[in-house]
Parts: sequence; structure tokens; C-alpha cells
Amino acid sequence: MTILLQNTIFGVLVGGLYGLAAMGLSLVFGVLKMLNVAHGELIMLGGYVGFWLFTLWKIDPFASLLPSAIVLFLAGILLYQVLFSRLIYFPEETKIKNSILIGFGLALVVQTLAILAWKADERAITTPYAGAIFSIGGVVVPLARLGALGVAFLALGGLHLFLHRTLPGKAIRATAEDVEAASLAGIPVPAVFLGAFGLGSALAGIAGTLVSMTDAISPAIGLSWTLKALIVVVLSGLGNVFGTFVAGLFLGVAESMSGFFLGNAYREVMGLVLFLFVLSLRPQGLFTRG
Amino acid sequence: MARRVTHRVLFASVIAILSLLPLLNVNRAILNWVFLVLLYAAVAQSWNLLGGFGGQVNLGHAAFFGLGALVTRMLWLGGVPLAVALLGGTAAATTMGVLVGVPALRLRGPYLAIGTLAVAEILRITVDNALPELSSLPAVSLATYTIIPRYYLALLLTAIVTMAAWWLTRSRFGYGLAAVREDEGVAEAIGVNAFRHKLATFILSSFFAGIGGGVFAYYHVSFYPSFGFNPLWTFDPVLITYLGGVGTVWGPLIGAVFFLALREALAPGWERCIWLVFGVLFIAVVLALPGGMMEAARNLLRRPDSGLTSP
Repeated sequence: MTILLQNTIFGVLVGGLYGLAAMGLSLVFGVLKMLNVAHGELIMLGGYVGFWLFTLWKIDPFASLLPSAIVLFLAGILLYQVLFSRLIYFPEETKIKNSILIGFGLALVVQTLAILAWKADERAITTPYAGAIFSIGGVVVPLARLGALGVAFLALGGLHLFLHRTLPGKAIRATAEDVEAASLAGIPVPAVFLGAFGLGSALAGIAGTLVSMTDAISPAIGLSWTLKALIVVVLSGLGNVFGTFVAGLFLGVAESMSGFFLGNAYREVMGLVLFLFVLSLRPQGLFTRG
Repeated sequence: MARRVTHRVLFASVIAILSLLPLLNVNRAILNWVFLVLLYAAVAQSWNLLGGFGGQVNLGHAAFFGLGALVTRMLWLGGVPLAVALLGGTAAATTMGVLVGVPALRLRGPYLAIGTLAVAEILRITVDNALPELSSLPAVSLATYTIIPRYYLALLLTAIVTMAAWWLTRSRFGYGLAAVREDEGVAEAIGVNAFRHKLATFILSSFFAGIGGGVFAYYHVSFYPSFGFNPLWTFDPVLITYLGGVGTVWGPLIGAVFFLALREALAPGWERCIWLVFGVLFIAVVLALPGGMMEAARNLLRRPDSGLTSP
């Protein structure tokens, strides 16, 4: 029983990161109708920001979250201006398709650049509290991972407040709802696209820095984070930003359970099974009404 | 009509020259290189069936290639005759195509890309976990290994998959598929069942990718079982198809020659940068020249005064 509970806790702790990883991807898709399959590479870059700030200047990863978000926000702005902005006037289907293809090429470019700059080695940081845990009734909770889950939850809350309480946030939601109506209402749609892409990338930066704190990072981790984010996005429903957090937790627990029952080699299989099930039975997602 | 005959003659003579090549006592390295061109052309063409003629993005072609390679290899090294092993590998790839295609192709939007990417990556990670051992040919078959049967198998596969692509350009089914690619709503309205057209093409595509994987398993002396699922087995065929000309019969063949020539030229000391060059090249083609070399060639060949008539 305890071991089952332990697995669930670990699933939740990892799942929070899955949710955060998917949040930015979902936001970009919801607003721009573009699927950035290089999202995991942005997470990888966020991881390296955390790694280098800690290694060079001993800056705590929690303190690196803001710089990492800013760096990735700027990177996102650059990528949007150079690449993705060229697609905004295509019809929706073409836009989705071309954004996927560009993201695919971009993922390879970013990964290769990261290998050239920082080598292919796995890197990890050891914070003073890296091994710290607390336990209740025999169940162990690592503090760093709990902190990461807390940050993911705060990011969700912050995004919610931003999208619902501020004028730029409302402009983003209006654009996601209906581009033409938003444009007619005087919302500067190109600026909203730019901002949403930057924001989505900044969320990837935060996720990446949290990953660097709890796991080893390498230039190759991008695709597996894209994979998690994509599965979460389908589980929650495409473009449903808030469902992603719950869906992330759900995927984390499901993987942890399948690792427990089927053996660790097969933990990924659960994600695929869930994915195909949701796609067949409830394509609008588990956490979207309708 | 005259153009169609020219194409047939061109196709037949390319096949004839390539099938005479091993008899001419050429350098083994050259034969090996042509084999790779044929294999990459076949896998790229199999992606092109759905990606080019059907307009649906499959980001996990490696799943089908890898399954074909894995199952063929295991059966063949397990003592099953090669033909049966190839059949088994192809059946595995095709089954996976059905499994992913049925739920993903009912929906529009990015679901096929997401689903195929997920299948390929999850298979890669799982196979890597479950079968971490290098798969090598036993010493007995190493002693008798020659490239020639591999070469002819690849040539046959490339010829068949190219004919399948050609059939899509001129059959009722192919016209239906083209209608789905251009506008699914309109295609449905004129009585084309979009789902069936997409699914049948996807199954055909995963079928050929599976045979491609099987040929690779027959060719390669030793590789890790998860190697066939490497995302590069998706990226390379997609790049080749777009370089040559997506949705054209000749595109993947021209693209494969160019891709492998460039890879060969860049190879010494540039292993890392190759992927940088290819990634940038791919993005540039998608953004600036979506028709690839075929489009560039058409633009060059077209006389300036007749420019208005072509679409």
C-alpha cells in the first residue's frame, strides 16, 4: 500500500512538470493555431540557462527561473519573427501543417547547435538541498521536486490571472476565440501573436530550469519533453490551457503506475495507450466540455 | 500524352541501368552508395504517398521503418526464411499504421502528426529499454555476405513504391486523395470519403516503410534494435521529399541522390554540422521553395512568355 502511495506521489511530482511543459505549447496552439514541435528544445534551453547560472555563479535554480523565462521569452520572439510569423496568413490547415514542419526542422537545428556549444554530455547540478526529503508515514517526498511542483502550480495561477484580469491577457483570449472578431474590435492581432509565442516560450524556460534542478539534462532531452507535452495536450484537449495541468498530473501518475505494474522499461507505453484511447473515444480531450 | 510516354521511357531506362550496375564490376563502395540512395528514396517515397499526395503530415515514419526492421531482423536471425521474415516485419508495421491511423485520421488538424510522433518516440524508448543489446549477424552469414541481393531488393522496392506514387497521380483513387489534400470539406461534399482515402494511403505508406525497414535489417551487419526508431528515420525521408519536390513522383528520387551526395561530401570531420545544414536547408525549402527542386526546375524550364498559363 505504502509503495503504491509512494508511486502516486512521484507520479504527481513529475506530472506537475509535464503539465507545465504542455502549458506553453497549448497556449501557442490555442492562440496562433500553430503547433511548435520544437517546444521541448526550448525546455532544453531553459534547462541550460539554469545549469550555467548555477555552475558559473552559484545562482540557485529557483532564482534562475526569472532570468530563464526572460531569455526564453526573447528567444521565442526571435523565432517567431524569423520563422513562424511567415505563416500567419495561411489558411488554418496549411498553417498547422507548415508550423509542424518548421518546428521539426528547428528542433534538429537547436539540438545540433546545443551539442556544438555544450557537447552531448549529460549535465546535472547539485543544489545544497538536492537530497533533502521529508517523510510522512513511510512515504518519501523530495523537497526539490515538491518545490518544482509548487512553481508549476504558481505558474498556472499566474497565467490564469494574467489571461483573465489584465488587458493583454484578455486580448490573447479574444484572439484565441476568434481572430477576425478580435481584429475588428481593434486588438492588434500580430502583436498578440508575438506576445503569446513569447509567453509560451517563457513557460518552456521555466519548465526547463525546473527540469535542470531535478534531472540530468543534455541536448537530446528536447524530443522526449515535446512528446510528454503533446500527449498531455491531447489528453486535456487542444488549446485548453488550464486542463493541461490536471492532464499532466494524470499522465505522471499513469506512467508511474505502469512503471510499477509492468516494469520500468514499459512505463512509456501507458502514455501511448491513454493517448490512443482518448483520441478514439473523446477527441475533444478529457478536460474540455462539449 | 507524349509527356507520359517520356516519363515511362525515362523510368524504365533508369531501372534498366541500375539493374545492370552490379554486373559491370563496379567498386563496392559505389554499389553500397547506390543501395543507400535506393533505400532512402524508397522510404522517402513511402512518406510522400501520404505526406505529398495526401497532404497529411506523418512525423513518426520511423515507427513503421523501425518496426519493419526490428521484426524482420528478429525473425530472420531466428532462422525464419528471409521472405517470411520480411512479410512479418511488414505486417507489424502495417498493423501499427491501422492502430494509429484509425483514431488519428478521423480528426482534422495536427492529430496525425502528434499520434505518429508519439508512437515513434514511445517505441524507440521502450525498445531501447527492453532490447538494449546490439544485434549482429552471426559469423556464418558474415562470411557469405554480399551487397548484391540487398541491392536488387532495394531496387525492386524503390521501383514498386515509385509505381504506387505514379498510380496516385493518375487513378480515380489518386484524384480523390488529391481532392482531400486540397480541401477536405469540398472533397466530402462531392462524395469523396476523406477518412477512407487518408487511411488507405496511410496504410500503404506504413506498409512500404515497413518493407524499407526490413531491407535495412537484411542489409546492416550490426545495429541496436532501437536504431530503426531514431527520429532521423523520419527527418531524412521528409527532408529528401521536400528537397526533391513533395507530392511529385520524381521528387523523392532526386532528393535522395542530392541528400546522400551532400552527406558524403560533408562527411569527413563535419558529422555534427551536417544536421545543422540539413535542418536549415529543410526550413528554407518549406518557407521559400515548397515545391523543392521539381518546382525550381519547372520554373527554369518554363519559357518567360508562357508564364501566365501555368498554375
